[in-house]
Amino acid sequence: MTTESDPQLGEAVAARIERRWATLSIVIVGVLVGMAIFIGIDHATMPQGHVETADPKTLHLAGEFIESNLGSALEADGSVTVRAIGQQYSFTPQCIVVPSETPVTLRATSADVVHGLLIEGTNINTMLVPGYVSELPVQFKAPGEHMMPCQEFCGVGHQGMWGKVKVVDKTTFLGMVASRRRLSCVD
Amino acid sequence: MLINKRLILAHFWLAFVVFGVALVLGAWQMFVRSPLNAWHFNPELYYRSVTAHGSAMGYVFPTLIAMGFGYAITESALEKPLVGTRWAWAGFALVAVGAVVAMIPVSMGLASVLYTFYPPMIANPFYYIGVVMVVVGSWIWVALMSINLTIWKRENPERPVPLAMFANVAGSYLWGWTAVGAALEIIFLILPVALGLKSTIDAGLARVFFSWTLHAIVYFWLIPTYIAYYTIFPRAIGGRLYSDAMARITFILFVVVAMPIGMHHLFADPQVGAGFKFMHSVFTGLVALPTLLTVFTICASAEIASRLRGGSGAFGWVRALPWQNPIMLATALSLVMLGFGGAGGLINMSYQLDTSIHNTQWITGHFHLIFGGAIVIMYFAIAYDLWPHLTGRALENFGLMRAQLWLWFIGMIVTTFPWHYVGILGMPRRMAFYDYANPAISPQAFSVAISAVGGLILLISGALFFVVLIRGQMAQRSEAGAYRFSVPVHLPARIPVALNSFGLWLALMVGLTVVNYGYPIAQLLVLKEASVPAVYVGASR
Repeated sequence: MTTESDPQLGEAVAARIERRWATLSIVIVGVLVGMAIFIGIDHATMPQGHVETADPKTLHLAGEFIESNLGSALEADGSVTVRAIGQQYSFTPQCIVVPSETPVTLRATSADVVHGLLIEGTNINTMLVPGYVSELPVQFKAPGEHMMPCQEFCGVGHQGMWGKVKVVDKTTFLGMVASRRRLSCVD
Repeated sequence: MLINKRLILAHFWLAFVVFGVALVLGAWQMFVRSPLNAWHFNPELYYRSVTAHGSAMGYVFPTLIAMGFGYAITESALEKPLVGTRWAWAGFALVAVGAVVAMIPVSMGLASVLYTFYPPMIANPFYYIGVVMVVVGSWIWVALMSINLTIWKRENPERPVPLAMFANVAGSYLWGWTAVGAALEIIFLILPVALGLKSTIDAGLARVFFSWTLHAIVYFWLIPTYIAYYTIFPRAIGGRLYSDAMARITFILFVVVAMPIGMHHLFADPQVGAGFKFMHSVFTGLVALPTLLTVFTICASAEIASRLRGGSGAFGWVRALPWQNPIMLATALSLVMLGFGGAGGLINMSYQLDTSIHNTQWITGHFHLIFGGAIVIMYFAIAYDLWPHLTGRALENFGLMRAQLWLWFIGMIVTTFPWHYVGILGMPRRMAFYDYANPAISPQAFSVAISAVGGLILLISGALFFVVLIRGQMAQRSEAGAYRFSVPVHLPARIPVALNSFGLWLALMVGLTVVNYGYPIAQLLVLKEASVPAVYVGASR
């Protein structure tokens, strides 16, 4: 390159390289966003889509989150609905029992402050905000036990707020649910 | 030309004192929650400490750095004394008094709500009032930056705004607008409840308001670091800035797209629908652009400096860089941490991947690597670069500075890498302690212990930083000359109006925020049944 000393040409080269990099950057971001769109639409994996409310002042009196309705329930279509609440500093039920290889709908809310729950060893993770219902479609592959800590600061007892999820195989679960309307690990 | 040196030094010193206290608290937290701590303690003390650490590091320390650095840039880039010095001191006083007002209830255990507030938990009102005072103090700075730029432009209609000042004002506008979210949350939702005028609060709406502030605040912390990359680093290593225009585009992009993305913190929340979560996810992707552009420009600027020094080869030029120069070292280490942290950030902002790490220790690792690592190490570099000009005394012990920077980098890596790992295992964040005897948790014990060692290394590095600055205050007097910023390789003959003013970009910033936040906020405002009873923190039951 004999013209390297020409400042105008140098400037043009610099600008061209810079434009190439900018284009590449835009492509990188475009690919990442495109992947998210594809997975969201094609696999229908996306965060909770709708907003539903539940009054924490009357949770224990009426509605789907009264104590006798908490736990795992078998639906007519063979799927399972788990209802749970978080409160300072425990979950109810403290141990959730679910069948493996079955579509499960997790519906949960908070009775006081903001909590959260995550199930270790899975990508199940949601916030529990008082006043709102969190709903999550989940499915467990194999029987086993998972820790289910509260993942959001909820007060001085937060470090003690650990629940559990016990995954049993499908036939065991059907046997358990035959005698009871709502299930938890202690039933 | 730096005239108001005492004003600038006061900001930096208060910032670093606050940082020092918060650093000690952080290292203590690392220790007590690890398996290295064998005795029992009151978990309430831990949450007090986390509240103090987060509030100091998130609201006070970076705000004071941005303010002090902003005043230094105004005087040295515009080459005239700051207009409104009395107002600047008033802003400083508000921040200082606000920090004390907030910290008193925190230290008494009346405000253990963490710096992210978490309504319906409600703390002592003085905590929120203190935070508001800090923000209002910083808004005085925002106004002063705008006023000084306007006056200069009127006096110099033909000249382009110096890059450092352009970036500085961009950062101030970004902060002025992003702080509005938390301010609305505190003033309209939290304070009426804290003062006892109301007894219920919509926690979901409060979280939406806070998310407006929560993400762009990180870019406010980041702007001084990026200003240092673009306007200090090339000059300090004896080179030139690769491109002036791209630097301006970078800062403009931050102003425009930093705000309408905060709901990626709410992917797992039930009070916002999937549509807006998706919008915010896409915009978060866009905000990776200015960082990708920056990495290119800064590496290219380093290459220019190296080749001017005789560096050669496709990669050989890296060796010819002035590695003994602390600014060189700090910038390189900062970019490495920015790379790791940025990669983690792409995972966090992703619509689907977020659920596997949301609210785990991964997140704690992520933002400590970005803020504590990439950003704060450049705050050190800014102080090292600016100090001789402020004190009139040279900082001579480059060896000690390099040791300090290396220790900070190593400490940050040792702290945050194990955090990322246990986060993937599902370890929740913000817990005072863990039952390491539980077989489901015991595999995480070793990693937590390692990260506590990282906390100790950071503490040592922090102590060294104070040694460097204090020795600098006591060194021989010497004239450092005028404070200057990098010069671009090709001085643009003329800068387009769009890259020299903010009108259009501020309109876009506000417009996009309204588009991305307006509907979710309006929807929650009309939703009366989601207001829930407040839970007062520290109240006797």
